[in-house]
Amino acid sequence: MMSTNLLYSLTGLVLFALGLYALIVCSHLLRKILASNIMSSGVFLMLVSTAYRAGNGKIDPVPHAMVLTGIVVSVSATALALVLACRVQETSNVTLVREEYQHDTSGA
Amino acid sequence: MLIFDADAWIICPIVFPLAASIFFFLSRRTGPVAAPVAALATGVSIIILLRQLLLFGPRHYYIGGWQAPLGITLRFDGPAVLMLAMTGLTGIGITLYARGYFSFRIAAPKRVGRHERQERFFWPLWMMLWAAMNGLFLSSDIFNLYVTMELVSIAAVALAALSGKPASQIAAIRYLLVSFLGSLSYLLGVVFLYKTYGILDLDMLQDIAGAAPGTRVALALITIGLLLKTALFPMHFWLPPAHANALAPVSAILSGLVVKGSFYLLFRFWFEVFSGAISIGALNMLGILGAGAILWGALQAMRQQRLKLLVAYSTVSQLGYLFIAFPLASLEGNMKVWGAVIFMAMAHACAKSAMFMAAGTIYLHIGHDRINELVGIRAYLPVTALAYAIAGVNLMGLPPSGGFIAKWLLLSASFNSMQWWWGVVVMVGSLLASVYVYRVVCQLFIIPEGYTIKKQYPRSHLLEWPAFTLALISLLLGLFAPYPLHILTIGSSNVATIIPGGPP
Repeated sequence: MMSTNLLYSLTGLVLFALGLYALIVCSHLLRKILASNIMSSGVFLMLVSTAYRAGNGKIDPVPHAMVLTGIVVSVSATALALVLACRVQETSNVTLVREEYQHDTSGA
Repeated sequence: MLIFDADAWIICPIVFPLAASIFFFLSRRTGPVAAPVAALATGVSIIILLRQLLLFGPRHYYIGGWQAPLGITLRFDGPAVLMLAMTGLTGIGITLYARGYFSFRIAAPKRVGRHERQERFFWPLWMMLWAAMNGLFLSSDIFNLYVTMELVSIAAVALAALSGKPASQIAAIRYLLVSFLGSLSYLLGVVFLYKTYGILDLDMLQDIAGAAPGTRVALALITIGLLLKTALFPMHFWLPPAHANALAPVSAILSGLVVKGSFYLLFRFWFEVFSGAISIGALNMLGILGAGAILWGALQAMRQQRLKLLVAYSTVSQLGYLFIAFPLASLEGNMKVWGAVIFMAMAHACAKSAMFMAAGTIYLHIGHDRINELVGIRAYLPVTALAYAIAGVNLMGLPPSGGFIAKWLLLSASFNSMQWWWGVVVMVGSLLASVYVYRVVCQLFIIPEGYTIKKQYPRSHLLEWPAFTLALISLLLGLFAPYPLHILTIGSSNVATIIPGGPP
């Protein structure tokens, strides 16, 4: 049914928008990482919903392959982000990303 | 049975650094010794590709023998090979410099264990990034491009965090979040394209993509994603802290190469794949953002107190020139603007990595990079000071540098197409660039009366000469202008005209 397909796509878009909002508004690092994960789930939901083909009942396998690859990419990016967030908290005891740290100029 | 036909050379620039990366990761002691060999092998494979391009023209290669709609296609043409060559040349320079940089730091008796650990992680990450960059230039599949972009970002973020300082880690996580956002936006664009056309191959998209609403939404999403990654003003906020707080070879990689990858894709998308869907208003919008980047980046660079931040802001400014090309490409012939863009990218890659290397060498020797206290560096780092000055010449766009050719092409395109205001921005930007270049160069070359060298440092040729060589290449690039412009025209599918004679 076409409307099911559309429903999934719209849900995906809403998830993307929610994640984007949270990514911009929240300043806690963990929340930002979670927000980016929600965004990627939204994109994957949309992508998977394109696999549906009206009519013959067969399913397009290419979006599934793409979503699987995308999940792998997203997992590795999230892992890196979590490690970095831990390190940031250990070394500087900061869990918020705010403007005043942007131009921190202590050597490199 | 292994059949290795001539077309298979195309995978070598990806496979060599990738294999090196895995090898260096598994056996961490081999990195410092074998990395120059891997870099040279990659360079040789790029030269072979260049030769094949000159002999046979652009080629396609189907990975695993799977044809385009289902399989992933690699292709090489003029722009791709030139970008590969840019990465190869700069990459070899950076590899040699990094050898000198880490051995200098390990030789110092302070915190040896930490420096050794940094070096052990540097080599696999850098090789991974190089492989991903080459993959990005060669891929012809929009989803595969997403994967290579993510590989580039993850390696780049890990490299940016390598220095271990709190400032660099905060900058790195900011960089990661921004680039993740950019990738997701790009991926959403890919979803829209797949919904509309059901294919992922760039060449096939180019044939059928029109100005359908789905295409426009996709192009807008892809553009926003790539602009975030390219750090175009006003989305540049993450770039200066990430680039300035990293280790010196890493800064050179990030500033010289990584930002060019996403820009290259952006230009390809706009002028090859979706040339039917773009509008004059959107082109002018990008041009205005580019002009804003040139002026804002230069003004910020003039205000900085630290050398590495100054160089990072100058990257923001120089990236703006690449975007000035967008409104000019619509009216002037595409080829001329492609020439300007490729020249700008190549010259900037060499010059900017040389500048960051010089800044890193200065930092290593005197322990800080406060611009006002850099007086007299020339006395004991003459080659480095000269490298910085030559790279500065390129940023200002004085002849015969590659930057001059690029700006000349941009200026002539802007006056020929009756859009003189872009030309004015280019000239003002060059003037501002000369201010922030001279500000540092004056300090480096002044030797005040009664100046004595406080402490004699061991000289390291690997620290000084790669930077100087890259700066010299960026300076002399202008003399060899016709060759890259000739290579460029080989692969172009939609424009057949060759610039008569090139620039004067």
